[in-house]
Parts: sequence; C-alpha cells; structure tokens
Amino acid sequence: MDAESIADAAYIVAALLFILALAGLSRHESSRQGIIYGIAGMAIALVAVSGQVFENIDAEGGLLLAVAVVIGAGIGLWRAKVVEMTGMPELIALLHSFVGLAAVLVGWNGYYEVEDDPNQTEFAGSLLDIHHAEVFIGVFIGAVTFTGSIVAYLKLSAKIKSAPLMLPAKNLLNIGMLVAFAGLTIAFTVEPSLGLLIAVTVVALALGVHLVASIGGGDMPVVVSMLNSYSGWAAAASGFLLSNNLLITTGALVGSSGAYLSFIMCKAMNRSFISVIAGGFGIEAPAGEDTEYGEHREINADGAAEMLADADSVIITPGYGMATAQAQHAVAELTRKLRERGITVRFGIHPVAGRLPGHMNVLLAEAKVPYDIVLEMDEINDDFPSTSVVLVIGANDTVNPAAIDDPTSPIAGMPVLHVWESSHVIVFKRSMATGYAGVQNPLFFKENTQMLFGDAKARVEDILRGLDLLVSAGSGSAHR
Amino acid sequence: MPEGALIGVVSHAAHGETRVAATPPTVRQLTGLGYRVLVESGAGAAAGFTDEAYTGVGAEIGDTKVAWGADIVFAVRAPESDEIALLQDGATLISLLAPGLNPDLVAALAARPITALALDAVPRISRAQSMDVLSSMANIAGYRAVVEAAHVFGRFFTGQVTAAGKVPPAKVLVAGAGVAGLAAIGAASSMGAIVRSTDPRPEVADQVRSLGGEYLAVDVAAEQTGTGYATATSEDYNKRAAEIYSEQAADVDIIITTALIPGRPAPKLITAEDVAAMKPGSVVVDMAAAQGGNVAGTKAGEVVITSNGVTLIGYTDLPGRLPAQASQLYGQNLVNLMKLLTPEKNGTLVLDFDDVVQRGITVVRDGESMWPPPPVQVSAAPAAKAVAERVVPVQKKMSAQRQLGIVAIGVLALFGVNAFAPQPIPEHFTVLMLSIVIGYYVIGKVHHALHTPLMSITNAISGIIVVGALLQIEHDDTTIRALSFIAILLASINVFGGFAVTRRMLSMFSKG
Repeated sequence: MDAESIADAAYIVAALLFILALAGLSRHESSRQGIIYGIAGMAIALVAVSGQVFENIDAEGGLLLAVAVVIGAGIGLWRAKVVEMTGMPELIALLHSFVGLAAVLVGWNGYYEVEDDPNQTEFAGSLLDIHHAEVFIGVFIGAVTFTGSIVAYLKLSAKIKSAPLMLPAKNLLNIGMLVAFAGLTIAFTVEPSLGLLIAVTVVALALGVHLVASIGGGDMPVVVSMLNSYSGWAAAASGFLLSNNLLITTGALVGSSGAYLSFIMCKAMNRSFISVIAGGFGIEAPAGEDTEYGEHREINADGAAEMLADADSVIITPGYGMATAQAQHAVAELTRKLRERGITVRFGIHPVAGRLPGHMNVLLAEAKVPYDIVLEMDEINDDFPSTSVVLVIGANDTVNPAAIDDPTSPIAGMPVLHVWESSHVIVFKRSMATGYAGVQNPLFFKENTQMLFGDAKARVEDILRGLDLLVSAGSGSAHR
Repeated sequence: MPEGALIGVVSHAAHGETRVAATPPTVRQLTGLGYRVLVESGAGAAAGFTDEAYTGVGAEIGDTKVAWGADIVFAVRAPESDEIALLQDGATLISLLAPGLNPDLVAALAARPITALALDAVPRISRAQSMDVLSSMANIAGYRAVVEAAHVFGRFFTGQVTAAGKVPPAKVLVAGAGVAGLAAIGAASSMGAIVRSTDPRPEVADQVRSLGGEYLAVDVAAEQTGTGYATATSEDYNKRAAEIYSEQAADVDIIITTALIPGRPAPKLITAEDVAAMKPGSVVVDMAAAQGGNVAGTKAGEVVITSNGVTLIGYTDLPGRLPAQASQLYGQNLVNLMKLLTPEKNGTLVLDFDDVVQRGITVVRDGESMWPPPPVQVSAAPAAKAVAERVVPVQKKMSAQRQLGIVAIGVLALFGVNAFAPQPIPEHFTVLMLSIVIGYYVIGKVHHALHTPLMSITNAISGIIVVGALLQIEHDDTTIRALSFIAILLASINVFGGFAVTRRMLSMFSKG
C-alpha cells in the first residue's frame, strides 16, 4: 500500500459519494444529506490527492498549493455568503467559467509536462499521439466553457446587452471553427508545437464567445445548463489527459446532469437543442403581428385586493419579472396573508421561468414560501378552471395562450400555463411591451384578464395594504 | 337607431321542430349589436315564447316569406329546398347544417348567391366554446336522456328506507363520458342513482368522479405489464370493454349510451345478448340512435320494448324535448357568434376568413362552396394535447432517425477507439460510459424545485478538476507551477463556493 493506491481507493469512495450527493437532491427531505455526501466526497478526494502530492513535493510547492487553496476557499465562501438569490444565475455562470479556465490550464500543463519535455518517458508511440489529442480536446472544451460562461455571466448581470448577436453566416462561423479545431488537432498529433496549442486556444475562446453571444436572454436557462454540461465534459477530458478515473467519473456525472437539464428546458420551450444553440429564436419574423387584439382592461391594487379577498383559491405564476423586481418577499407575505384567511394559495412554475432551471423555486424558498405549495406546470395545469384568481407576476411567454391557439405563433406548441382558464387573471406588468419571444400575448386582452401596471414589488405591497384596509373595515371577506 | 341588417328568425313548427333560434333575451342582445330582428309568427310557440314576448323586446313579427327573406336568417334545422328558394340574393343563413353529412344540401346552398354558416361546424377550440352549439345541445340531451329513462323506469332512482320497507337505489351505466355523458352522469347521480361510466379516454375519470359517477376503467394496460398502453391493441381493448358491458348489463337498471365517432356509424357497444341479460323493467336510452345506435335493437326515433321487458329508447330529438332550454342556449350561442361577426357593433355582419372559427363555419360564401374548410390546427381542451400530439410525432420521427444515426456513429466510434487504442484508454472509456449512464438516471430523479441547487452542487463537484491541478503542481518547472497555482485557486473557489451556496439554498427550502 502506498500513497498512490490509497489515492486510487479514495477516488472510488469519492466518486460513490458524489453519486449519492446527486441522488440525495431528488427529494427535499434528503437534499441536505446529499450535500453532506458531496462535501465528504470532496474532502476525501482532496486529502488523498494531497497525501500523494506531499510525498514528493518541495516546501515551496507545498506552500504555493496551500496559498492557492486558501485564497480560492476564501473567495468562494465569501461570494457564496453575499450573493443575492436573484443573482444566482450570474454566480453559477461565473463558477462554470472557473472550471473551464482550470481545464485549459491543466491542458496547457499537460503540454508542458509531456510534449514540451524531451526527457519524458511516461508516454511513447500511439499513447503519445493519444496524449496529444487529449491535450487539445481538454483545452478546447475548457476554453469554450470559459469564454461562453463569461459572456453568459456578463449577459445575466446586464453588464452587456442580452440581445442575441447576429453576425452574418453565424452557423458557418461556428462550423468553420469546429473544422479548424479538427484540423489543428490532426496537425498537433502529427507534430506538436506551442503555436498550434495557442491557435486552438484562441479558436476555442472565440467559439465560446460567439456561441453564447448569439443566444438571447430568454434562452439563458438552456445556456446555463448547457455550460454546466460543458464544464463537466471539460473535467472529464482532463481526467483522460491525466489518466485519473475520479475526474472522468465526476466530469461525466456533471456533464450528463447539465445535458439532462438542457433537455428538460428545451422540452419546456418545445424547441430542439440545436435551435437554441444556433440562437434562431429571435430572428423569426413574428407572424400575425397585425392582429387586432382589442382593448386590455386595467385594475388598481385595491380592486385586486378585493378580488383576492373574495377568492376561494389563488394560483400565482411568477416569471423573471418577479426576480428583477425583487418581489419575492412581498409575494410571500401576500401568500401568508391570503392563507390566513383560509384561501388556498399555490404557485405554478413553468420550467423555463427565470434565467436558471429552478430559479423561481429558489427565490420563493428564500422568501419562506413552503415548497409543498409550489407546483410544477404539469401538476397544476388542470386546476386552473377551478381557480378564482390567478396572479401573473412578471411572466409573459410562459402564460401565452397563442402557444396553443395560434399555430402561426413563433411559440406555437410550447407548453404553457393555462392561466386564462381560471375565473380571473391579474397580470402584473410594467407596460404593454412584448415578452422575450417578441410575441404579443392575447392573454392581456381576454375578458377575464385585468392588467395591474407598475413595479411588481410596489404593486404587491399596495395589495397588502389594501387587504389590511379591508380587514380593518370589516368588509371584504366578512361574509366568509 | 341606425339601420342595421335585418335578422329573420324562422319557424320550424311545420317540421315538428320545437326549438327556435332566438328567445326574447337573445333578441335584446342582438338589437344591442345594432341589428333589427323579425320573428316568424309562432316561431317560439312550441318553446313557450309568444309573439307578444318578442314584440315586447323590440322584434317585429312577420310571415314565413318575410322571415326567410331577411338579410340574415336564423334557423335551427337545415332548410328544405323550398325554403332555400325563399332566401334573398346576398342573404346569410346561419343554422345547423351538418355539411359533412349532407353534400346535397351544400350543393343546393351553393347554387344560390348566398352565404351559409353551419353552427355545428364551430371548431373545438377554447375561444369558440361560447358558440359551440353541439356542446350545448349535447348537455341538454344528456339531461333529457336521464329524464326519459326515469319516466319509463318503474321505480325510484334514489335508495330509501321507508316504513313500507327498503328501496334499493337504481344503478345507471353511462357509456361515453363526453359532454352528453357527463350531463347524464350529473343528472342521474343528483337524482340519487348509483352511476357508473365507461370511456376509452382514461383522463376523463376525474370528470366522471367530479359529477358523482364511478369510472370503470378498461384495464388493458394492467394485463400487459411493462410496456404500458401504447402496445395495448384496440382488439384487446374492445374485448375487455365488451366484457365490462356484459357484466354491467346484467347488473344495472338503466343504460345510457352516448358513443359517437365523428363521420362514422356509432360503435355497437351493447349486444342483443347483453340486452337479453337485463332485468325486466330496465331501460336503455340510446343517444346515438340517429347514427345507427350503440345498442342492438334500438330504432331511431322510436321506443321498442323487448320480449324480456326492457325498454329501448331511441329518440333522436332529445334536445328538442327541452325546447325552452335548448332555444335559450342555442340563441345564446348565436348571439356569441354574432358578437364575433359584428366587430363594430353596428348591425353589419363581417366575415373574416383569417379567423379559424369564422372560416371553419362557412359552408358557402356568396354562392361559392367553401366546404370543407382547411383543418383547424387546434381544438379545445383536449386540443392542446391534440396539437402536442400532432407536432411532437413529426419532430420525434425526424429526431428518432437522427438519434439512431448519432447513436450508430457513437457506438462505432467507441468501438473503433477501444478496439485500436492501447490501455488505459479502453478502461477510461468504460468508466466514462458507466458514469454517464449513472449520471443520467440519478439526475432524472431530481425534483424540479431543486434544479438550481443541483447546478450549484455540480459546480462544486466539477471543481474536482483541482485534483488534476494538484497533481501537476508537484512538477518543478516554473511555468507549470504558475499555471497549476492559478488552476488550483480557481477550482478551489468552485469547490468551496459551490458547496457553501448550495447549503445556503437548501437551508431556505422549508415545508409549510
């Protein structure tokens, strides 16, 4: 038994613990155990590898290692502590970029360790050729993840415009860069050189930027989960490079997790993964734009409060607008007040609401909304006809009946929340502007729909005040 | 009042039709849309609406010729050829026409320079529900079927314990839980009967229960475990359904059948043997009698008493047997249609062919046959599903082929790599493949609300790349060390930050 065999054994245990960690997340009840498994797995892996490393490292190297870990841990813990729940998508995108950059660096080191070292004896013959290819693949995936995530971060944090970048022949551009990658890989396998490595890194960085830049803000749930997947594959590629099974296993777990989430998100938008990646959504000229929808009706906060006080059951369907208005606490307060009055309140969450898979759930959880009244679209869609009032807060395309009624609509066939089947719909909206898809929403013009304009948070707070007034006046739900 | 178009409401009394296309309340709404209304004398008599009641809300009264000669003619029954002749050039006829079943009628209408709108062709989309005459009539018919059965049935529906002894409740089987079936279930159960219902669509089970009925599932899937319904052939289904009907026929007192397939003869559900097995005094109402009947032995429009004392009711005019109610709903459907056709509310009818509803009901426009309309992409509540079903298979088919192709390429590539590559590459691939499969199944079970924590925890564990960087820092080349240092730093942010933020999120989720 030496440090290496101990490390190998520890890797297997760590991999198993990671699987248990993911399995733990399948239910709320076991989710906290899941994270303990995850931390344990990581700790075991780190201790084992440190043991292996410290066997043959000098003092200076050890110090460097410790300093790097401490700084990294400090930054990580600090960011995790201060991040706003509404800023979760940005943080996650940023974390993806770190994995990507780390994979690039590991790949470059692989080059310096082997290809650049004429004295190395570890690799020979076809194994050496394979190593060349592995370096390239690792660097490529890592670099795409890195810049892609950075662009996603910038878009999510509104540091750059989230509108899709429309370069001419962008698909050709993407394919061209992939072809260039393949060509460079072959060249590098034949004759490794630093120039080729730099070239492939630049190509991959450019591809990452272009891929994500040409995808619009509303597709971000898919992009973030796609980058999640890439970061996994980047780790797996590094595993091949370093012949490390733990990296391969973990990378594959993360990679398939991200791929699965992307799949769910695409299904929720009734679109193919390819079309999201190609960023084609925004280009389509929205058909039927000239249709006259008629007049929309407005309601004020007091009217909404009265309507809510008289309701039997209420469903709230939040969207990204709730996150931007930071309205989740006010919404939670409204939920609590209504529930105290004996009104059934539930939440209907569309899978692509927000900018991250599960984004709305996290926001509502932060505001202490019990998770068992927060339901998925499929769980709640049949209940709308028996619902008195639906509050649509900052959601638009996910509640658009055109997806079902209008086969020419760009969002036709996308599963949506059937809010219009309820008795009354109140839509919280800043203006009559269209949603992300640029499609007019016939919901706003339905006879049972009323618009409540203004900032979602301010309006919900107005309704809360209205409800309090109703209570003190002894009217409203007095008959109940 | 501005001169709006004249609507003529015609009488069908001569043909035994009791319903009328407008009632005093709907006339008031029509005049509100800017129209003038003329009612044929005696049109509402069978439904209990006198001519005076119509004049009281501002309608004129006229004779047959004037009513059929109006700008817009409201009818219930499809017109006879002499009635078509009475129509003015340029007039619009709105009625039940059953254009799909009556090509001769469509041809006769198209021979005149008129416009004909078939109310029974309203597409079944949510927006058009308020004009869906078929639904409103089916609702009435379902109720009336129960009333007819109760009328003939010699006993109570409800169970009672009386001083004179105990009365068991009647048992009612309703075959088909569409609009008519559901109305029948509701009516029968509110009269106190035990109601059971069958329907090939398992999703109606909740609707049946909501009206107090018991849903009898044709449980074919359970017998073929594993693969689910998709492979359950309709033959198996029919066999099992027939068994259920035989069992139920021997048990229940009343059977009401509502099974119709558009454009096809009604399916035979209850065989002569089933009827023979029923108790004397039992009643069968066959609401599909006009389309050939669901029950062996029913005659359209007639009542048949079998040799074993079972009454088979085959009335085809069930809605007309509730004339006031049927007229009111029919009239309201018409008003809703006119609201759609009168966007300016100025008494001018405008047909917009870009609207699927308006295109769908138009049989003849200005003497030109428009039947059949292009298929409507969307239909009502089951419609959403219908669309999904229609769109998805197309996509699936393409992607299934593509998927197969990709899988084949992937498998070949994997085979090639592993066959030719030296160790340890095949071993690594084994690990990779197994991990992907495990990852897929583990992630597939993750609760939707935990997707964000899932992403942050996978973020944390993909920080495992730190292991790679750690293994490289032991190298004493300065460049390698510097790069490893940065990589370790970044990956550490991920490891610690990812876990910390996941913990923070998970601690927020609380149960109510």
